[in-house]
Amino acid sequence: MNIEQLDFYTQAILSLAALVGLTSFLMLGQGRLLRLIFVFAMQGFLLTLTTALAAYSLNNHHLYISAVLTLVLKVIFIPWMLRRQVLQMNMHRDIEALKNNTAVMLGGASLMVFSYYVLHPIVQSSSVVMLNALAVSLSVVLLGMLLMISHRQAIAHVVGFMSIENGLFFAAIVATNGMPMVVELGVAFDVLVAAVLFGIFFLHIRTSIDSLDVDLLNKLHEVEK
Amino acid sequence: MNWLIAILQITLFVVLAPLLAGWIKCCKCRLQNRKAPSVFQPYRDLLKLTCKQPVVSEQASWVFTKAPYIIFSATVLAASVVPLIAVDLPTSASADVIVMVGFFAFARFFLALAGLDIGTAFGGMGSSREMTISSLAEPAMLMAIFTLTMTASTTNLSFAITHVLNEGLVLRPSFVFALAALTLVAIAETGRIPVDNPATHLELTMIHEAMILEYSGRHLALIEWASQLKLMLYGVLIANIFFPWGIAETFNLQALGYGLLVIMGKLALLAVFLAIAETLVAKMRLFRVQEFLSFAYLLGLLGMLSHIILEAVR
Repeated sequence: MNIEQLDFYTQAILSLAALVGLTSFLMLGQGRLLRLIFVFAMQGFLLTLTTALAAYSLNNHHLYISAVLTLVLKVIFIPWMLRRQVLQMNMHRDIEALKNNTAVMLGGASLMVFSYYVLHPIVQSSSVVMLNALAVSLSVVLLGMLLMISHRQAIAHVVGFMSIENGLFFAAIVATNGMPMVVELGVAFDVLVAAVLFGIFFLHIRTSIDSLDVDLLNKLHEVEK
Repeated sequence: MNWLIAILQITLFVVLAPLLAGWIKCCKCRLQNRKAPSVFQPYRDLLKLTCKQPVVSEQASWVFTKAPYIIFSATVLAASVVPLIAVDLPTSASADVIVMVGFFAFARFFLALAGLDIGTAFGGMGSSREMTISSLAEPAMLMAIFTLTMTASTTNLSFAITHVLNEGLVLRPSFVFALAALTLVAIAETGRIPVDNPATHLELTMIHEAMILEYSGRHLALIEWASQLKLMLYGVLIANIFFPWGIAETFNLQALGYGLLVIMGKLALLAVFLAIAETLVAKMRLFRVQEFLSFAYLLGLLGMLSHIILEAVR
């Protein structure tokens, strides 16, 4: 199937998929927390656009609801909350020195190649054209994990976790035309609760070790090394 | 006839390049709440420099005095490969995009030699920095360009643009990446703000300016003109490959005039974006430039990947 023969909406969805992948890479290389949160909100916005486009082109009305849900939760609420916490804890001026930034980026690129390689057989035997974007969503999931591994700030870990969820959501839209409404509502609620819980955890970690740098959690050893 | 138009196109390239530089400066001044010089100020500067007598150090060898001519002519030759107002011209049909990159490398080689030749500390420092940056920028640029050439299955720019033009509006994920990569490379190669600041002679940060510090008079004029030409060339490359609509496919006066107007509009718009970006972004430390360029390379690589996976014929 050649891209010129697809209709305009599918092309647009594929391009948006590429952009979603790009935002994952941008998050990976970002040392400033506020900008990380902003890029995360942008990824959510791209996701909203994709969902709305899919809803329009497939004429599937309940996808509109999940688009609105994404917009409210992942573009407005969670970034706003994370941002407020960063400002409250006065961490917006810190720049996290990323170790081996170039190596992490190249690792990210190879993860993307890996996910393409893994999904190639599935994509080839399937008739759904949008399954192509599955590879992108798998790599968004993997890149989110890499983000959690490579960053040291707890807030960056939360953003990584949320972007893993973004990847799964994207996969659900492109592969199955959206999950059933009940499941989707449940997941959205889960994410919301997780975000609130993380906020409480931040406060606790902050009060016990006076920082959100998870490397300092080693200090919790009973015996000093 | 075709050759006439080709020569006209190259002349337009050379003549319009200072205008673009003036327009960018004008936009930047407006954005920074300063009074802008006239758009034609670069022409006056070039004229003034040409009239002045060049001062050449006693230690300078022939490389130093010949280099400006070589750099300028290599840049003009590179410009002749890129379609500006019309496609299918004999100059752009005879050479492809790899030749263009080769001309750039040639010009850069002589610029670096000229920087080293005079033996000042700044010249050598500038040359070494320029070579470091270009050795990182070149693979990224080729990666971005290979994405396009794989789509059009030709390395010839003129044919590639015709291909994009005939295809109509196709949203390609790979083009998004290639556009981003090419933009980053263009910023690095033309020495614009996050990488190098063209407006300053601050000792420790300059790259391009450090190499040409010893030049004066008509030599300086030629080098300045060549760098303006290079800036315009990258602008045209971005504008015409990704948004080729409006370029002349037939050689009548109307189509050519329309093509000229359209490309000037596109370049003016690109210049506004460049000025906004330069106003918003601060110059980065020299040792972060490799991160910037490896990101550009990564984008090029992703573009290629998404071309192969998302768009390839199965």
